[in-house]
Amino acid sequence: MALLDVRNLRKQFPVRKGILSRNLGFVRAVDGVGFTLNEGETLGLVGESGCGKTTVARCLLRLIEPTGGEVLFEGEDLLKMDREALRKVRAQFQIIFQDPYSSLNPRMTVAEIIAEPLRNHTRTSRGEIRDRVSLLMEKVGLHPEQARRYPHEFSGGQRQRIGIARALALNPRVIICDEPVSALDVSIQAQVINLLVQLQEEMGLSYLFIAHDLSVVEHISNRVAVMYLGRIVELATDQELYQNPQHPYTQALLSAVPVPDPGVCQRRILLQGDVPSPLNPPSGCAFHTRCPECERACANEEPIFRDLGNGHRVACHLR
Amino acid sequence: MRQDSLLSIRDLRTQFHTYEGIVTAVDRVSLDVYRGETLGVVGESGCGKTVTALSILRLLPSPPAEIQGEILFEGTNILDLDPDEMRRIRGNAISMIFQEPMTSLNPVLTIGEQISEAIRIHQGVTRQEAWRRAVEMLQMVQIPSPNARAHEYPHQLSGGMRQRAMIAMALSCHPQLLLADEPTTALDVTIQAQIVDLMQRLKDEFEASIVLITHNLGVIAGMAKRVVVMYTGKVVEQAQVKDLFREPLHPYTQGLLGSIPWMGRKLATGRRLLQEIPGIVPSPLEMPDGCRFHPRCSRAMEICGKEEPPLVQPDDGRKVLCWLWA
Repeated sequence: MALLDVRNLRKQFPVRKGILSRNLGFVRAVDGVGFTLNEGETLGLVGESGCGKTTVARCLLRLIEPTGGEVLFEGEDLLKMDREALRKVRAQFQIIFQDPYSSLNPRMTVAEIIAEPLRNHTRTSRGEIRDRVSLLMEKVGLHPEQARRYPHEFSGGQRQRIGIARALALNPRVIICDEPVSALDVSIQAQVINLLVQLQEEMGLSYLFIAHDLSVVEHISNRVAVMYLGRIVELATDQELYQNPQHPYTQALLSAVPVPDPGVCQRRILLQGDVPSPLNPPSGCAFHTRCPECERACANEEPIFRDLGNGHRVACHLR
Repeated sequence: MRQDSLLSIRDLRTQFHTYEGIVTAVDRVSLDVYRGETLGVVGESGCGKTVTALSILRLLPSPPAEIQGEILFEGTNILDLDPDEMRRIRGNAISMIFQEPMTSLNPVLTIGEQISEAIRIHQGVTRQEAWRRAVEMLQMVQIPSPNARAHEYPHQLSGGMRQRAMIAMALSCHPQLLLADEPTTALDVTIQAQIVDLMQRLKDEFEASIVLITHNLGVIAGMAKRVVVMYTGKVVEQAQVKDLFREPLHPYTQGLLGSIPWMGRKLATGRRLLQEIPGIVPSPLEMPDGCRFHPRCSRAMEICGKEEPPLVQPDDGRKVLCWLWA
């Protein structure tokens, strides 16, 4: 059984206007997303801005309440739990946020930040907490002597390490990484990626790794899901997805990534225009307005997310 | 000199006077931009790449900034020009594309007004003529229905569209030199590909030179012919792009190339760990002695911590600031 099984997850945000908050309709930010995450595995979730990746992350932890669907963690549905049960599950289910500047409380010291989950979830004595904090700091490559400093005294990469230490404090089984390296410089990015890989091997963690950078996702993931306008359009093992992409959107996305090799002459598939507004998504296949291979059926019918064999799933009429 | 150089920077030093002390953001940088070429400038945040561009356009208020050295544009030293003369060059012969198209466009003016303003001021044409040319520029950067779009405000456009409007504005007076500061960084990959493609085409059409500032080595590989690598305000390596990627000489460049995950690398090498550059960029107020990279360098020698490294020319067209090659 998969550690995490997400089925038909949906989130709609109402759009209101004016002083009477007239409801103008709904933005379907996440529209029927489903995937599984196995023990010790990294599932990458890629897509362009506004495709709903971060909303998925927040819905899984119920940081925002999803509109519908199921999130089964070891067989139990998180969305049906009461507050107390949810609090217990969250100890095993942590998140690392994108922006290391706004996700750490500026008025708390590093020690307080890392100790907070321990205080909230466990009965640990002060002395034990202190030891645990030093251990965690060492584990993520920070000096325990810096425990009494404040977040502003650290660089971006170090702050991201603090966020990782906080996520590790309760020995979780799943960590959602929401764009954990996008705000960092390349040399620092490599340090944080390596740290995540090492921690995974050491502690048997499962990651849901959300990012817009396809090279980073390929590097860290075992399987990858591609999102477009609130839906997963393709899901496969990293090798399958990157060497044999099936969905025209995935193909265009991969061809657009700049290759750091001047000898390679890239053949880019240039997509026309921008991502359509999720307030008024296109009929049928949401990608048909920009798809180079669009056929008649694409505008009318929604494609089924079907399995092409060996776990390679794609939502496209043409495949 | 092999080619005719359009811009030569000699010993440029830009310092800021702050309460904590003097910060040298750009430290004795020398480089040339030849006619019709795209020069890539790479480096991490704080390495001085943006300040170099802003110094060229003299967009840094003084004080707190203090600029020394020479910036020769077609033989004239820009730093000697008076404000009126500078204004005639800025946005005209030299123009700039900024990173954040939302904050660098004026939110209370329509796109058409902003583009035609530059044309009117620099080309001395009538309002109608300037507007007509602005719409023509919007068409050139492939904005759909340019006539209608010219009447819209920046917030009505998407990120990619705003960046196109920005490029239209920068090219509206047919500049000889275009400074592009992270032109694709804020954009999604598919939009990034569109913008890179557009810049390539327009550069050839307008016969302009581009200084492409970015931290993305992939964009450099695709667009630039020559590249300059900066670290803590200094140029540490200069080379042809193909030489740099094939055989980087400076340990920092080597580390930088090793630390980016490229697609296919993991499958090819079977390694899940990336090469790391240990440590962090030093604070500009506490620069290490000798070579500024030596505390993070895996090949540092005794001399590296004591004396500043010389600029060495190991072969034609390459320069490296490192004791290893001295």
